Amino acid sequence: MSGSSSGTIALAPHRVGAMVLRYVYLLRSSWSRVLELIYWPAIQLFVWGFLQLYISQNSGFFARAGGVFIGAVLMWDILFRGQLGFSISFLEEMWSRNLANLMISPLRPIEFVSALMTMSLIRLAIGMVPVTIFAIVFFGFNLYGLGLALAAFFLNLILTSWSVGVVVSGVVLRNGMGAESLAWTIMFILMPLTCVYYPVSVLPPWLQTIAWALPPTYVFEGMRALVMQQNIRTDLMLEAFGLNLIYFAIAVFVFLQLLESARRIGSLLQTGE
Amino acid sequence: MCDVMLQPPAIEVNKLVKVYRTTRAVDGISFALPRGTVTGLLGGNGAGKTTTIAIILGLISPTSGSARVLGAEMPRQRYQVLHRMNFESPFVDMPHRLTVRQNLKVFGRLYAVDDLRERIACLARELDLIEFIDRPAGKLSSGQKTRVALAKALINAPDVLLLDEPTASLDPDTADWVRSHLERYRRERGATILLASHNMVEVERLCERVIIMKRGRIEDDDTPPRLLARYGRETLEEVFLDVARGRGEAAREAAQAREAAQSGETVQ
Repeated sequence: MSGSSSGTIALAPHRVGAMVLRYVYLLRSSWSRVLELIYWPAIQLFVWGFLQLYISQNSGFFARAGGVFIGAVLMWDILFRGQLGFSISFLEEMWSRNLANLMISPLRPIEFVSALMTMSLIRLAIGMVPVTIFAIVFFGFNLYGLGLALAAFFLNLILTSWSVGVVVSGVVLRNGMGAESLAWTIMFILMPLTCVYYPVSVLPPWLQTIAWALPPTYVFEGMRALVMQQNIRTDLMLEAFGLNLIYFAIAVFVFLQLLESARRIGSLLQTGE
Repeated sequence: MCDVMLQPPAIEVNKLVKVYRTTRAVDGISFALPRGTVTGLLGGNGAGKTTTIAIILGLISPTSGSARVLGAEMPRQRYQVLHRMNFESPFVDMPHRLTVRQNLKVFGRLYAVDDLRERIACLARELDLIEFIDRPAGKLSSGQKTRVALAKALINAPDVLLLDEPTASLDPDTADWVRSHLERYRRERGATILLASHNMVEVERLCERVIIMKRGRIEDDDTPPRLLARYGRETLEEVFLDVARGRGEAAREAAQAREAAQSGETVQ
């Protein structure tokens, strides 16, 4: 194998496994990290769950649309925590000043990204499984009752979260820890635009165009159609998937460009601000 | 002709330039390190040592010129050789919360080390890590951390080892111990070592060749005994100070004049 391009594409499972092992060791060593994975999604669930209970007792519409808010909050958490799980695993390397060790090892960028994606799934499972059980116990909302549609929702949301996570990691790699706050805040710009808690039709027409360019919008619309009208919108899921493939390819390309730029400006060695 | 002569140098740097915006960190340097040698890279802060090492490691792209390791151009062909190289520096850490054993396991798997358990056990014995191998890396003393970093750098038994200040912040006893281990490793493995250091005792002891850098350029490049003779000095530290303070040329001329006077007296 020769050249950076072929080196970038080759993927060795043992190196992906080594990186996943590194993050699992880290989680095992820190109960506070594990607790944090459950804490915030649980808080969100209880706030929105009780709000939904309250307004459903006072509104016929919301009584019929039981579970829309709770479903939305759980879906939003998949999107937000998926990206956070990806980005935090990456930031752990910056915080521990370990990035140069990885960059001089045979680990390829695609293997690093694959390990971060795997960790995003593991962290999401640790955080979301208990919270979905809370939703059943306290609010009678069974996310798993959505069946195959849930798999389509999850796939589309996690792909978007990875695309955002890949770009954020590239920006931090290129610009140092000064860009760290992006990891915590960037997803919130999607919250109003992807219509998590309200239909797209509420937005002004020009904003609707932007909303439909974002894959999570299709998921939240699809989720509302399923919960309120028992209508599975396969068309929305396929459109979201198509958009996700495009965005993910762009994100990986941007990451590789930022990595090369980091090599040019020397930021792989200096990982401070 | 023997095989060693047919092989390309372990490290070959040719007209290497690195410019950061307006700063020329490395300014057209060239050198070649034969396999199995230990070379010291000397220079004050900002001399360009770390940038040179980072380019050789593939961490930084050169502005122009080239750096080759075991025949592979860095960083373009880095994946051909990264598994045969390694690096240690006190300015790069390992994950603090992971134990020493866990860290070595992770890096061993990244380098696809055969029989990793035995390799870790062997390094633990050689580098005296057994006592704290199951302790988190962040809770070790400076000396212990340096030994662990060295174990990580040797996990894949590299043919090319780059060290940036390997004994910085160590007490004399531990520093001496690390140097002995590096000498033994080079002897047993036939590895090529490039060492950036401010410690002249270390360089004199370990290196058969010294490259002195200043403001991104190579000011001098020779064996320690020849450098001492050329500058008319007793220690490399004095040579380093001559170069660092811009007295290098004057010192060389004075040494030449002394030598000429001595040979004149001998003739008379």
